[in-house]
Amino acid sequence: MRIGVFICHCGSNIAGTVDVAAVARAAAKFPDVAYATDTMYACSEPGQEGIVQAVQELQLDGVVVASCTPRMHEPTFRRTVERAGINRYFFEMANIREHVSWIGKNTERNTAKAIELVRMAVEKLRRNRPLIPKRFDVVKRVLIIGGGVAGIQAALDCADGGQEVVLVEREQSIGGKMAKLDKTFPTIDCSSCVLGPKMVDVGQHPKITLHTLAEIESVSGYVGNFQVTIRKKARFVDWSKCTGCGLCMEKCPSRKAPDPFNEGLCTAPSINIPFPQAIPKKAAINPDTCIMKQKGKCGLCAKICPVKCIDFDQQDELVTVDVGAIVVATGYDLFDWHKYPQYGQGRYPDVITSLQYERLLSASGPTGGHIKRPSDGKEPKTVVFIQCVGSRDRSVDRPYCSGFCCMYTAKQAILTKDHIPDSQSYVFYMDIRSPGKGYDEFTRRAMEEYGAQYVRGRVSMIYPKGDQLVVRGADTLAGTQVEVAADLVVLAVGAEAARGAVALGEKLRVVPDQYGFFVESHPKLKPVETNTAGVFLAGACQGPKDIPASVGQGSAAAAKVLALLSKDQLESDPQVSRVTPARCVGCGKCVQTCPFGAIKLVEDRFGNPKAEVVETVCQGCGICTVTCPQGAIQLEHFTDNQILAEVNALCPPRIRVNYAS
Amino acid sequence: MSASDSRELRIVGFLCNWCSYGGADTAGVARFSQPTDLRIIRVPCSGRIDPLFIVRALINGADGVLVSGCHPRDCHYAEGNFYARRRLETLKQFLSATGIDPRRFEYTWVSASEGQRWQHVVTEFTRRIHELGPAPIMSHVSEGAWFDAAAPAAAGQSCPCHG
Repeated sequence: MRIGVFICHCGSNIAGTVDVAAVARAAAKFPDVAYATDTMYACSEPGQEGIVQAVQELQLDGVVVASCTPRMHEPTFRRTVERAGINRYFFEMANIREHVSWIGKNTERNTAKAIELVRMAVEKLRRNRPLIPKRFDVVKRVLIIGGGVAGIQAALDCADGGQEVVLVEREQSIGGKMAKLDKTFPTIDCSSCVLGPKMVDVGQHPKITLHTLAEIESVSGYVGNFQVTIRKKARFVDWSKCTGCGLCMEKCPSRKAPDPFNEGLCTAPSINIPFPQAIPKKAAINPDTCIMKQKGKCGLCAKICPVKCIDFDQQDELVTVDVGAIVVATGYDLFDWHKYPQYGQGRYPDVITSLQYERLLSASGPTGGHIKRPSDGKEPKTVVFIQCVGSRDRSVDRPYCSGFCCMYTAKQAILTKDHIPDSQSYVFYMDIRSPGKGYDEFTRRAMEEYGAQYVRGRVSMIYPKGDQLVVRGADTLAGTQVEVAADLVVLAVGAEAARGAVALGEKLRVVPDQYGFFVESHPKLKPVETNTAGVFLAGACQGPKDIPASVGQGSAAAAKVLALLSKDQLESDPQVSRVTPARCVGCGKCVQTCPFGAIKLVEDRFGNPKAEVVETVCQGCGICTVTCPQGAIQLEHFTDNQILAEVNALCPPRIRVNYAS
Repeated sequence: MSASDSRELRIVGFLCNWCSYGGADTAGVARFSQPTDLRIIRVPCSGRIDPLFIVRALINGADGVLVSGCHPRDCHYAEGNFYARRRLETLKQFLSATGIDPRRFEYTWVSASEGQRWQHVVTEFTRRIHELGPAPIMSHVSEGAWFDAAAPAAAGQSCPCHG
């Protein structure tokens, strides 16, 4: 074998703390190494061209590149060696940037370590085999989980791109958090006027199948061929008949439950259509509050319904769909501010969240767009906004910035002045973070044109005094204590991961970060991909995002899906397990351990049981390889011999035992 | 004792590609400085790690072996790390019977986003290995002595320890 070794400088990233020339000199002496050199940027066009030339001129049949992590550039260099005419699996990478030059300052030690990592890669490469990928068909359908604005955008873009779309939403209507907003920053557009037409498009699009009041039960399969089971929850109304006339809502005698769409500011009947623009506009019964479901009598809605669509005996329904790709757009939840004792923990009715305030501002909200205090219905004249409630606060385990709270507070301060011209708003803030297009101008307008009083400092406590609330905080710019007598206090609560996100992540094999937001494949270059092929992220499930960013990501995820589904066939990774039938004793241990059901027992021509790997199903984890007592099943590209070669390269055997003699 | 002050020891790490290798990358990207004793072998899943790899490394003279995979329930392959946990725990119990100090082997879980945790794991494990010092050479038996011991067995004679 003739191996070429290329040590990358990566500018000064590697060359700064590793003597790359010394590594190349050492590598030249390793077994089978025919050529070793150092190169400025191996991944650049001239760098790759140098590799191709060396392979062709020196008749190399294996290449080692020592540079960054294989998680970044392994596919790049595999394509390079393929271009040079050798099988892409005759390429190995030594990670001397993330694992050497970036974590150690001692050049001598880094160089020694880099030499050993190259030695490891060479030893592994000497035992590599050419692998050829298999091809399989792609299901041309996409599943989108979450019907907020990101999911809606992804669904419409995919459907307009000609793919079939299955959209699954947990709530009764699509629209998500955006449907609850009154206006959007920085344009003061009417939120539902922007979103409404898109929701209607989703409802009417011939390529989109919409499942609301539904959750993902299970996911199996792999990129191009996922099988997804969806649980459609019992809604006790036959939606194929319901016309959304709303007669049942008017007559329902059970109307004490808080209305989730209006954030608990008012109550809703047990049979309900969440809001006038809901898609689909169908009624559903809440079994927890319905008198018929709880006590077995009532049934008024069934009597009054003109199309007889009430069905109290309806059960959950499981639907299975085959899809080729999945977009996760599960969004976020608001931080539960009841963790803050200094803000009353819910004892004062006039301390509300920003989203509740949004409902008070909305013309379709519980007060018809008039700002009224929840306690006595009076119009507040002094409104205090408190920022960073559940953001940038280590004490409640939310050290991150939620990103959009500064902006929606400025918007709410502006709208307050519009609704009540003789009102005064105070905003307690930590920093103003408004980096988007037109955002800084917008917060300036709130201060300068609308006279919102911005006070820099945290609020230490809120306490009632008469029918007002006293907000006590610090003004860190003036260096004084501040007290404001407020009629209404609005908490700008931060964003946290949606409830149930972690459990969904387990089903999709998408990893959440420590706060429950899903981790993207690469923070810069793969912002909507995940480490599970065929699963993409859109919107705030990946981290707090405002509407433009969510829409942008929805479209980006759709573009990725369309690129994936534009192919009729995909190549499967040939790094799968392979059975040596002569060694296999047919014990079936591998069949039992495989998490994907990729191994089955077949009979050979003598009738002996033998394991066989279904290559397109095998994911290449190698659990079976360790399980096999005979060593008969080996994970290609990570065989026992290859890994042991790496071990031996690091720790040369001290005693040579010759058992044969 | 700071590990970087003394002679480097030989620590072998087996890391799963999806979580811990990514975590080590994250630590590198964030420039979290670490002792340089550890060399990492990348495997697709912690479930791919045969306990015999670890034993082989230790017999060959590794001063320590560190295994790291995805947190339980976060495995890219659904349940690979459950298999790993069972195998590695068994190995840990078994090592002392072989004459290898079980403190020289450790397994842990680090996710791809936990760069800081990886730095902590590496630093702590390296410190532990330096406290234990270099691993004793497994056997002082020379190659000739091996043949002496093997010859009676090959001739069908019973071994001296069993009479």
